[in-house]
Amino acid sequence: MYELSGVTKTYRKGSSRVTAVAGIDLTIPDGQLVAIQGPTGGGKSTLLQLLGALERPDSGAVRLAGDDLAKASDGRLGRVRAETIGFVFQGFNLIPTLTARENVETALVPLGVPTQERRSRAEAALAQVGLADRAEHHPSELSGGQQQRVAIARALVKEPSVLLADEPTGNLDEGTRDEIIGLLEGLWRERGLTVVIVTHDSAVAARAERRLTLKDGRVSG
Amino acid sequence: MFATYLGRELGKRRRQTAIIAIGLALAVALVMIVSAIAAGVRDAQTKALEAVYGVGTDITVTQAAAAPTDGDGGPRMQFDFGADAGTSADGSREIATTRLTPAIGSTAFDADAIRTAAGVDGVAAAAGGLTLQNLSFSGQLPDIQQRPEGGEQGFAPGQGPGFDVGGGADGSGGSSFGIESFTVGGVDVAQPTVGPLASTTVTDGRALEASDAGAEVAVVDADYATTADLAVGDTIEVGGTPLTIVGIAASTSTSGAGADAYIPLDTAQALAGLDDQVTTVYVQASSASLIDAIATGLKAALPDATVNTQAELASTVSGSLASASSLITSLGTWLSAIVLAAAFITAILFTVSGVTRRTREFGTLKAIGWRNSRIVGQVAGESLVTGLIGAVAGVVLGIVGIVVVNAISPTIAVGGQAAVGQQGQGGFPGGGGGGFPGGGGFPGGGSFAAASSSDVVLSASITPTVVLVAVGLALLGAVLAGVFGGWRAASLRPAAALRTVE
Repeated sequence: MYELSGVTKTYRKGSSRVTAVAGIDLTIPDGQLVAIQGPTGGGKSTLLQLLGALERPDSGAVRLAGDDLAKASDGRLGRVRAETIGFVFQGFNLIPTLTARENVETALVPLGVPTQERRSRAEAALAQVGLADRAEHHPSELSGGQQQRVAIARALVKEPSVLLADEPTGNLDEGTRDEIIGLLEGLWRERGLTVVIVTHDSAVAARAERRLTLKDGRVSG
Repeated sequence: MFATYLGRELGKRRRQTAIIAIGLALAVALVMIVSAIAAGVRDAQTKALEAVYGVGTDITVTQAAAAPTDGDGGPRMQFDFGADAGTSADGSREIATTRLTPAIGSTAFDADAIRTAAGVDGVAAAAGGLTLQNLSFSGQLPDIQQRPEGGEQGFAPGQGPGFDVGGGADGSGGSSFGIESFTVGGVDVAQPTVGPLASTTVTDGRALEASDAGAEVAVVDADYATTADLAVGDTIEVGGTPLTIVGIAASTSTSGAGADAYIPLDTAQALAGLDDQVTTVYVQASSASLIDAIATGLKAALPDATVNTQAELASTVSGSLASASSLITSLGTWLSAIVLAAAFITAILFTVSGVTRRTREFGTLKAIGWRNSRIVGQVAGESLVTGLIGAVAGVVLGIVGIVVVNAISPTIAVGGQAAVGQQGQGGFPGGGGGGFPGGGGFPGGGSFAAASSSDVVLSASITPTVVLVAVGLALLGAVLAGVFGGWRAASLRPAAALRTVE
């Protein structure tokens, strides 16, 4: 469960400071599918980074399973990311030189999983997202939807308790979008994950259990 | 994953990998070639010096010639004939005379200097030597008494067996005479390992031995023996006294330093009328590190003497080799340093640039839990492999370069004066009344001295040390690039990295 209290995050932009997140108090229970919407620059991605232990807040607390990420060391944050949180990005963020299977395996490297087990788990994850036959393909040989499926397989192969997705369908056409959101929804139901999706797309948000709107760094809904 | 990822990344950025590797390879090759050539020059220098040094002689002590007095005209060769000298025949006279004197440029001094030198701290052995010039004049002279007054007859010395001089009171007379000259080295037969004999090898007969002291025996230089048609068992006339040739010795020195004939020191002293006199004291140090101290001690003990150490000799002998070595060392070092610096900077810039282009990639890896150390290790590993490729290519290139240098076999002229003592001094100055007028003169030098020039073929050699140093430099460049690149990657905040647009 996420518990955020008085979370503030500001960035320096030139000579001025921009408040991306302004004193948010928020609780996300385990197993909830949450959609965060809002205008560009409203602080959605910043909130996702705070939830994902990619950033520390300037003030306030971000507790995940009782662990305050705001006060955790870099090493601890790294372990949280490696073990507990899976990420899906708008741009897929696959490593172009590695095959689909190898990209999935990269998520198991920090866990010290042995090579053979890493390989079999990656293949199983790819099979789960319907890409068993594309395991040895490089990202450039895959469509956008297939690349996002690989990214989802990479996020889920370590069996995290949280899945964070930043505009996961932003680079996809409508048909592929439905395919991907269906996949995420299915995995959420199947695994009981806590899923937080940042999206501009109302069709995607409509599939969520809970919809939040972030505007000027503040949460409503 | 590490190796797979590394291989794929290097494969993907072949051009960048190639540029870094080529830069490092050029640096490695250049360092190897420069080092090998410098080592080759040093070897050549050592060989040249070995040939010139009297083996076992570390220091020589000589004495500068006294300044000529007014009207003396300096040292000169003079033959004196009495009014009744020679045998008359048809109004002319057959004469033959020999002079045995210290070689031009050499000055005889009291042999006490040997004992003084031997008493200096650190001296292992001191031996005396007497460098003499044996000049024989023989031939037919016109009846001088019939010559008109005031007609100074001059002629240049020559090396031929003789030459005619027209003349005589009525112009009908003539003369024919020959001059023979060779150098004689009086050596301490009790100490054959110190002094000029040490740099000779007996090719026929035997060497001079301690029991030869005072004996009328000689060992003749092989070249001179050939020229003068001398062999073991023949005699050689020194100072008018025939000495039995007991051996032929070849000089192991390429410098040409040495005497035409070696005779026992006491025999030489007796024949030259220079009892208890020497022209050179050869000093052997008990330790190479003491040479400078001994030289100082000798200068203090023998204030009138000229003391030369091997180092001073070396600086003279090395001549162009020293210049070449210095040139290669300085130019090569600077060139290597510049290429190395360029290669290092190229490697660092390309690596940092590569890391910057992969900001989003590293941000993603950090987001999925990769530790900084793993990412830095990945970057450093890629850099190190690039460095290894550069090192291997560089070693191959360096070996090819060295083979090419050896195939070309450049030669370096070993110039300079291979002289101990009064280098290049002496020679018969000519001039002066009654002697040999004209500006001629025998080239000469001090004790067993000769101007020398020989070509040394430069051989660039590859040593494991050079290869290791070169490879080490390439890897150092790669590690530096890896450290900078890794530092750049590690300093990325994952969130900031993810915001970067590719």
